[in-house]
Parts: sequence; structure tokens; C-alpha cells
Amino acid sequence: MPAATATSLSAADFDFVRRLVLDKSSIVINPDQSYLVETRLAGMARREGFASIGQLLAGIRDGTARQFQVRVVEAMTTNETSFFRDHHPYEALREHIIPDLMRKRASVRKLTIWCAACSTGQEPYSLAMLLRQHFPALSGWQVDIHATDLAVEILDRARRGRFSQLEVNRGLPAALLVKYFTKEGAEWQIKDEIRSAVRFEPLNLTSSWRAFPPLDLILLRNVLIYFDVSVKKQILTRMRGVMQRDGYLMLGGAETTFNLDDGYERVEFGRYACYRPRSGQPAATSPPNQVGVRL
Amino acid sequence: MNALVVDDSRAMRQIIGRILKGLGFEVIEAGDGREALARLAEVPEVDLAMVDWNMPVMNGIDLIRALREDPTLGRVRVMMVTTESDISRVAEALGAGADEFVMKPFTTDMILEKLQMLGIETVKTT
Repeated sequence: MPAATATSLSAADFDFVRRLVLDKSSIVINPDQSYLVETRLAGMARREGFASIGQLLAGIRDGTARQFQVRVVEAMTTNETSFFRDHHPYEALREHIIPDLMRKRASVRKLTIWCAACSTGQEPYSLAMLLRQHFPALSGWQVDIHATDLAVEILDRARRGRFSQLEVNRGLPAALLVKYFTKEGAEWQIKDEIRSAVRFEPLNLTSSWRAFPPLDLILLRNVLIYFDVSVKKQILTRMRGVMQRDGYLMLGGAETTFNLDDGYERVEFGRYACYRPRSGQPAATSPPNQVGVRL
Repeated sequence: MNALVVDDSRAMRQIIGRILKGLGFEVIEAGDGREALARLAEVPEVDLAMVDWNMPVMNGIDLIRALREDPTLGRVRVMMVTTESDISRVAEALGAGADEFVMKPFTTDMILEKLQMLGIETVKTT
């Protein structure tokens, strides 16, 4: 590794960040990802008045900048996201998964959904728009969309529902932009009817989880790839414990339960495959229902 | 698949054309709306038109309206690619018959995602 500059890292600093992030979030930063640390921390160091990333990290180490420790972890664990990311999962939701869940839940008229690691909110908002746009019958149902992330600062952004032009240019159909956003200055504000359909909460996937009602659908997309095998196994097993027996788990395109948790079976819908608990697996326990958000 | 790129900027036509060629399209170009209609008359098997808004002679909105009035061009999917970014402009383009709307500046991924939305399968990725 070359000598550190204001925006680059020494080997010792890179190692410190890797250990810090692993310790606080169980997320593994690979040895060849120093560029990622540099990219994510350079802006923070500059904005907070440090001469270099090295100086910021030295302050965290010696305690004079301890308050930035959480923000460094958050900066390193924020995932790339976009509206309707990868397209095919949303096609599967529209064509198969939501209609199937609506049939199964017709008597209780209730759907409970969890977007784990929601980052800046594009995924849960995409889901809320999809439900609103394509399933008007859900207007009489109780639909809870819980969206969680480790990073508190990112959750604040998600809750505000304001997006840049570049963000709304990515993956969002123009018809939905017109219908569900207003333009405010250079930014785009998602309308309250969608914003209020999502409940954002902080949650660390590797710590204790708050009690969810039994979940019909979990989106855990492009999250497992950041964890090592033992943590992946733990998360998948715990997810199965909070899901309905006939619920669905949606993972990212490069992720699978195969060789990690045999309690899931793969279900293919067109060009997308998702997972559900194998029959015979125990159902989720049912804590008291919460007041839901009406779509 | 054939794509028509309509923009009065030669540089922009080249940028968009390069992206589309990378995705497996044969690309033809036009510098304004009227020239685009002439190209469509010569090459009727166009699957996709990427259309700028502000152009001399015939602008993008008038081109889209003309294109939508011609039943022989019903198969053409139209994506407006423009610096216009007011919500009223996006609505106007959709109302005129555009299938999608991309605000400049854009990236290859943005174009790819919008093509997926339109159900256009590309044969290779860049």
C-alpha cells in the first residue's frame, strides 16, 4: 500500500477501520477494499475539519474524536441502493408474490413487511409505490412496512424522503415520479401518502431485534454479501423464526440460502428466485399486533 | 434491434449511440425531429427512439406527437433524454406519448434500467 495522503489510508489505519466495522456491525471489509474506506471517509474527514482520514482515525483511537466512531461505522455500512433496483424482483412482487399473499391473507386483510437494511429508503418506498399503484384493493387492508438500517443518520435521510435528481433518475418509472413526487428546488420530495406508509427504525441485524409481528415478506437484498458465513447463517435462521410459515424472503441476485440454511426452499418466479420456509418448519410466534399504517 | 438517437448535439448523439451499441443496438442518428421522421420512413424497423426535447426545426415533443399519430410506428418505444427536469415537463412528455423520461446528466446504468422497465432486452451489458 502506498504512503498515506489526506485522502488515502495507511495499512494500519485500514486495518483499524476493518476491525472497528467488524466489531460493531459484523460486516467484513475485504483486504482489497481500502479504496472503499477512502471513498467513504474522505468527505467526512474534510467536512469535520480533519486534515486527513488518518487524523480522524487517530482521534477515534486516542479518544479525542470518539464521537465519530459511530459515524465511521455507519459510513462503511451504507449500501448502494436505487428505486426498483434490479427490476426483476419487483416484477416477481407484482406478478406473483403480492397476489399470492393477498389470497392467503384475504380473511385477515393484513400484510406485514420488513425491509432489512433499507439504506436511504428507496427500497421500502418502491414497495409502497408498487402496492399503491398496482393493488388498489389493499386500501382497505392493514399494511405495515417496517424499514430498518444500522445507520441512524441514513435513516433520518430516508424518513425525510428527499432525493436528488440523480437518485430519481435511477430505476424510477417516470409515471411514478410524476404521480408520487413533488420537485422542491433541485430535489425531489416523495409525497406524504407514500412517505407515511413506511415506518423507519434503527436495527442492527447482528444484535437483538425488536419484536415484529409475524412477517409475510422480508426483503434482505444485497445485505448478506457483507457478512461472513457464520453471521449469514445466524441471520437466515433468525429471519425464519420471525416469518410466517408461508411467507417469502427476498435476497439479492448474488445471494442464496443454499449451504447456509436448509430450512428454506427456493421458489422461482420468472427471472427472479426467492425463498420460503420449508414445510414442517416452525411458524413465527405472534406477539400482540401493532397499529398498522394504512396504504 | 435498431435505435434512433435524436439530438441536435453531435457529441450527445455519440455518447448515447455508444451506450446503445454496447447494449447490442444498431444505431441511426438524426439532428432534429423532422430528420428523425425521415429516418423512420427509411428504416421502419426501429425499436427504440431516444429523443432530446429542445432541438431546431422540430422539437422532441412535436416529434413524439407525430410519431404517435402514425400507426405504422406503433412499435417504437420512446425515451425522452433531456436537460428539462420540471415535473410539468415530465408529465407533458408522458402525455405526448413518451414511454420513459431520463434527465441529463445520466449514466449507462440509468439507460439500462429504463430499457429494462420498457421490457427491452439488451443482448450484452457494458
